[in-house]
Amino acid sequence: MSQPLLSLKGLTKAYPGVIANNDISFDIGAGEVHALLGENGAGKSTLVKMIYGLVKPDSGTMTLRGDAYAPAEPRAARADGIAMVFQHFSLFDALNVAENIALGMENPPPMRDLASRIREVSETYGLPLDPFRTVGDLSAGERQRVEIIRCLLQDPKLLIMDEPTSVLTPQEVEILFKTLEKLRAEGTSILYISHKLEEIRRLCDTATILRLGQVVGGCIPRETTARDMAEMMVGSALKTPERSGRALGEVALDISGLSVASPAEFGTALKNLHLTVRQGEILGIGGVAGNGQEELLGVLSGEIPTEAEAVKLAGQPVGRMGPTERRTLGLLTAPEERLGHAAAPDMSLTENALLTGAVREKLEHRGFLRWGAARAFAEKIIAEFDVRTPGPENAARSLSGGNLQKFVIGREVLQDPDVLVVNQPTWGVDAAAAAAIRQALLDLAANGAAVICISQDLDELMEIADRFAALNEGRLSEPRPTEGLSVDEIGLMMGGAHGMEVANV
Amino acid sequence: MDLSGINPVLLIASLMVAATPLLLAAIGELVVEKAGVLNLGVEGMMITGAISGFAVAVETGSPWLGFLAAAAGGALLSALFALLTQVALANHVASGLALTLFGLGLSALIGQSYGGQKPPAMAKIDLGPLTDLPVVGPILFGHDPILYLGIAIVAAVWALLKFTRLGLILRAVGENHEAAHALGYKVVRIRVLAILFGGACAGLGGAYISLIRVPQWTDGMTAGVGWIALALVVFASWKPWRVLAGAYLFGGVTVLQLNLQAAGIAIPVEYLSMSPYVITVIVLVILSRDKSSAPGSLGRIFHASS
Repeated sequence: MSQPLLSLKGLTKAYPGVIANNDISFDIGAGEVHALLGENGAGKSTLVKMIYGLVKPDSGTMTLRGDAYAPAEPRAARADGIAMVFQHFSLFDALNVAENIALGMENPPPMRDLASRIREVSETYGLPLDPFRTVGDLSAGERQRVEIIRCLLQDPKLLIMDEPTSVLTPQEVEILFKTLEKLRAEGTSILYISHKLEEIRRLCDTATILRLGQVVGGCIPRETTARDMAEMMVGSALKTPERSGRALGEVALDISGLSVASPAEFGTALKNLHLTVRQGEILGIGGVAGNGQEELLGVLSGEIPTEAEAVKLAGQPVGRMGPTERRTLGLLTAPEERLGHAAAPDMSLTENALLTGAVREKLEHRGFLRWGAARAFAEKIIAEFDVRTPGPENAARSLSGGNLQKFVIGREVLQDPDVLVVNQPTWGVDAAAAAAIRQALLDLAANGAAVICISQDLDELMEIADRFAALNEGRLSEPRPTEGLSVDEIGLMMGGAHGMEVANV
Repeated sequence: MDLSGINPVLLIASLMVAATPLLLAAIGELVVEKAGVLNLGVEGMMITGAISGFAVAVETGSPWLGFLAAAAGGALLSALFALLTQVALANHVASGLALTLFGLGLSALIGQSYGGQKPPAMAKIDLGPLTDLPVVGPILFGHDPILYLGIAIVAAVWALLKFTRLGLILRAVGENHEAAHALGYKVVRIRVLAILFGGACAGLGGAYISLIRVPQWTDGMTAGVGWIALALVVFASWKPWRVLAGAYLFGGVTVLQLNLQAAGIAIPVEYLSMSPYVITVIVLVILSRDKSSAPGSLGRIFHASS
């Protein structure tokens, strides 16, 4: 450990209007798991892109094993033993596992040899994988295995992992950690990026914390509390959402015997779903992405029509109704994908406010739009939800992810829904904004609305939900009160580890 | 009405000729679309190939040089499309439509003095005893070399896409250009090369009409074959051998309905004329009912974000 594997000195990268990285320096030792922490927009992604050769630094130097290191492209980085598992998987849905892996290698062996090497490596590291399956049919956990094995086949010295656990079940996380620990024991260094501080405390040897493009400190995660690390990231004290005791009212939404095919090519059909939500209650629905979450939201929003009796709003069958009719009746939804589904990227915030608020906020009159009222509504959302933007005339695309998410959730919450369905309300949102959104959902429930929160963030569901159910391959488990629910029980509800094995260390 | 005048052997032999322009244009477009680019300018590239091939063949007296010029002409026009969509990041659909209109106009301009001329004929290959075989001879061994080239290109494209690394990279770029870029592949370079290949194939297809099938020059003589080629690629689910089958089906019905017209069958001519389109579409729609697999990034503009 005398000489670090990779050392960064004074790395700086500026984009028009923003300095993404400012004078970043730190070392990654050999055989060390090094955590990189920071909020959204702190510059973590830009930094790893520079290490991986996707982005060239404006100034500063990198030294790899004592030699100057300046990769011109990812190929050069891979040749020097640096591999990366991307946050948004860089996989090709229509190709099979072996083809996907071959694309990430410099000199792939013929397909048959490659297939047997994939089997060999995947078994060594406890990540079973069939080389000839089409990637589009795999679960998120399996897709990640494809990426990891693609890296491992190149025998990397440094493995970069960008938010690897955000899509995994607790059991899958456990298996991933075993694999990473085995790699560390073999002398591979790992640069680990994550929001999840408890994971970092468990896995990582050292941590570097970024804020607004600068290194604000480092720590030994095992000796630091999660709260301290979070406050270093945010730069101020953290507020935790508060639950207030509330009485449950009538059944607000009732789904019974709902089965529906997915309209998407690689989607999941919903199979015989039953659930009820009462006024003032928050129902949390967990599960790994791609197990029917999108479809459930579609069924509730009215994008996917079902039998009329399958979905009942306060006793009234609404299964055949479209989104606008449901909105009139008080059933509002906020889908997962911010740009393109929840908001139209190139339209202004005023226009976006109009798109879902027209009926309930009376922003139209006999087919004519009331621009003044729409603008006022948009401004109200911006003010009440602390959306950071110069004004409502800005395009939705120009907002950062967290700000747009606050706008999208705020737009529905302020329409005073009877039932609100949200999918991944805090996905990719930093800690402070996530806390604000959760608080808004809790307040809404306290005022008597029923809330369904679909999320992959289990901590979030445990924090706000009264009852918890899990979606697994289109089936919904029996909802259970969140109080006293253990991680193991949740894992089992989520369908276990999808046939994963623990590494034979 | 006299159906005995229709000779099945000659029918098959001539359907292969009728199908070749479509086949060449469609296999080129298949490669382009596999790389994630939607080039609607096939008709324009075909007609440009038709006139450049015709002009060069007439001026030099060599049909081979004519076909070479046709491929170059088609590729040159497609280079304009590549410039618009890959460098200037223009919309694929609008650029492709403009390319067709531009090609039609340009070919009419170049072709002004070539009306009524006769191009030099390309010799059919003669394999002696093989060509003299009954039935098999005229069908398999009695055609011009370009027809065989067309089939060879289909086989080569199939093998390239299925067995080679280059084919894998091409498919990857078409499937998810952001991921391909993240892995360090040159998305734009691969797409430009695919576009040029598609242009050259479309040019060859156009010249096949003006030099062999018709053979003469008239304005707008490709008469919509480029559009059929575009539809064929989609209905063939982006599979090379299905493109071949679809092209032969279309060629077959075209030739058959002409024969039926000549035989004086009691069906209005208009129905017969539309039959190749209707039958090809119906058959291919039924074939493509399995998971139709458009390349994931088809027609989307790629802009490297770093």
